Amino acid sequence: MIFTAGVDVGSTQTKAVIIDENLKIVGRSLNDTGANVLVAAETAFVSALEDSELEKEQIKYVIGTGYGRYKVTFGDDQVTEISCHGRGAVHMFPNTKTVIDMGGQDTKAIAVTDKGEIRDFCMNDKCAAGTGRFLGAASAALDIPLAELGPTALKSTRPVRISTTCTVFAETEILSWLGKGKKIEDILMGVHQSISARSIGLLRRVGIEEEVTFTGGVARNLGMVHVLNENMGIEMNVSEESHYMGALGGALFAMDRARISSGVVM
Amino acid sequence: MESKKDHEMWRRGNREGSELFKKWFENLDAAAEAGEVGAYVFVMGSLTEILNTFDLPIIFPEITSLNTAIRHEAADLLNEAEDHGYSPDICGYVKSDYAVQNRDGQHPMGKLPKPGLALLTNACNTYLKWGEIWERMFETPLFTIDVPGTREKGTQTWPGDEQFEREKRYVRAQIDELIETCEKITGQKFDINKLRETLEYSNRMSAAWKQILEFNKASPSVFNALTDGTAYLGVNNIMRGTKEGAEYFERLLEEKKWMHDNGIGIVEEEKHRLAFIGVPCYPIFREFNNLFSDWGGVFVTSTYLWFASGGNNLGFQYDLENPLDSLAEVTLIHVRDAMDSMFHPEQIIYDNMEEYGLEGVVYHPIKSCRTSSTGLADNRRALMEATELPSLFIESDMMDKRVISIAPMKNRIDAFFEGIEMRKAAKLQEAN
Repeated sequence: MIFTAGVDVGSTQTKAVIIDENLKIVGRSLNDTGANVLVAAETAFVSALEDSELEKEQIKYVIGTGYGRYKVTFGDDQVTEISCHGRGAVHMFPNTKTVIDMGGQDTKAIAVTDKGEIRDFCMNDKCAAGTGRFLGAASAALDIPLAELGPTALKSTRPVRISTTCTVFAETEILSWLGKGKKIEDILMGVHQSISARSIGLLRRVGIEEEVTFTGGVARNLGMVHVLNENMGIEMNVSEESHYMGALGGALFAMDRARISSGVVM
Repeated sequence: MESKKDHEMWRRGNREGSELFKKWFENLDAAAEAGEVGAYVFVMGSLTEILNTFDLPIIFPEITSLNTAIRHEAADLLNEAEDHGYSPDICGYVKSDYAVQNRDGQHPMGKLPKPGLALLTNACNTYLKWGEIWERMFETPLFTIDVPGTREKGTQTWPGDEQFEREKRYVRAQIDELIETCEKITGQKFDINKLRETLEYSNRMSAAWKQILEFNKASPSVFNALTDGTAYLGVNNIMRGTKEGAEYFERLLEEKKWMHDNGIGIVEEEKHRLAFIGVPCYPIFREFNNLFSDWGGVFVTSTYLWFASGGNNLGFQYDLENPLDSLAEVTLIHVRDAMDSMFHPEQIIYDNMEEYGLEGVVYHPIKSCRTSSTGLADNRRALMEATELPSLFIESDMMDKRVISIAPMKNRIDAFFEGIEMRKAAKLQEAN
């Protein structure tokens, strides 16, 4: 049995996935990236090995992805997370035409072919508004854990309009709404709406073609899923593995290469 | 066996171009020290052929500015201009030049003569505002040549067409006025034979430049349009209408022919042939190119080599029997073509993609130049609708390193090549 791995070193969290030759996930892990990228990558890989009950020697090929991909020094090659999210999304949802990947510091809109090849992509430029970091700022300002942001926002009845486009100034604006006596859920829904507007702007630049698959850490936020679906008027695909999609894509690319090197005809 | 890199021809044009630039800056420095004034002109329609006849030192402020960025000395100049009230959003070339003028013409390569005349065209809407700065600082006389552009894509008129002839008369009248202005400023009488001489040099230069650009239609490419091409382009501007310029381009043509005939490419392995649209990223000039060359990407052509040569890429030849009318005619065609190359690059790419064997197009809008960048996103979309040619859209700046983030830029470039290679592999698999 051939096993391969993908290690996605993101700006906020590091994910690792191990798959078998039937392309099934047999192990996964997630940890904060922190300041030492190499340690984060190794920790994620070792944890995924433990989760899969495999030994390092059994992993035929490892692909590093994410901003820290060149720090996956124990890996065999690197592939950008843009390609990996596209590949992972098409693997999980074969009818995917458009991918929205929302991570800690960037949001990517990716147009893919039915084979998972990247047709076009677009991402936020020089500004983290419209990314997970914007939610992080809201979480800090309102002292609410990240996991509760979405469910809280969904209770909103009269969302406020967050006008700022800057993550740093978002905190000031949130405090100003609190000062005006607005409910936390309405402020949070405003934050989600603001991120949604920017993300849909990115998606439009590559063209919103169904099916749309939502990947990245923020895809776990039910409020974000709801707002994006409502604003686009569609039902996006969201996998249980959405947070691991980049690592999964990496593991799939790794499997291609492992098969080639083993002489397996694809 | 002699390696290509040991051959005298290998990169001769780069070495000789570098020497010419050094000499040019030294001459400007000497003129400035002697208290002479210079004619300030721009790359899109410099009319240096007229100015050469009056022996005026010629200064290209765009070229001085970009050199400050290449030498990593632009940041201080930009900050100084911004301290004096120039917005971060406006043209970085203007701000760098403003600071240089404010420092009595001192720049990293020497000293510039003060502007005694500013000659502008309407090819860039910033030129006029730039000239007005010198007017305020030094009471510099401004002379603007208004060149009619293409009204709508694909509607150019040509010699013999009624509209063209009317527009040519309009440009000719302005050239006559320019000559009168130069006579007043220099106290010299215009010499038409001197003009013929300089036009003949321009003819030789244009003919060679056109052939050099076309050599890159063959594989392997004989120069990198982004790096080598930009160096040649500089010489094309500063030495236009001079004996040294004509000889330089004829020797460069000889070098390229040698490479072409011997199957010598500018890179060892040419994996991906690319076109570049826009103005280079001068603050990280080499590093930017390396992000592409690391993947085996070579820029075989660039719209910059067309519009920033002021249309000289077309190879038009002046009629030496009728120099002033011919100058008006070629100026009209050149400046119009420079504008078309900026505003309708998708058409040029579409028309040339097969001949150049293009595998990808890189759109590079720059933050501080709206003239060359506005509309590039729509332009790319139009190209994507018309062809399946992969394209990349990355924004940075030609002067300001503060707006350049290399890590996200590299990420985009890597993903672009991954996409090209995946599609290439899939096609190969289908074919087998």
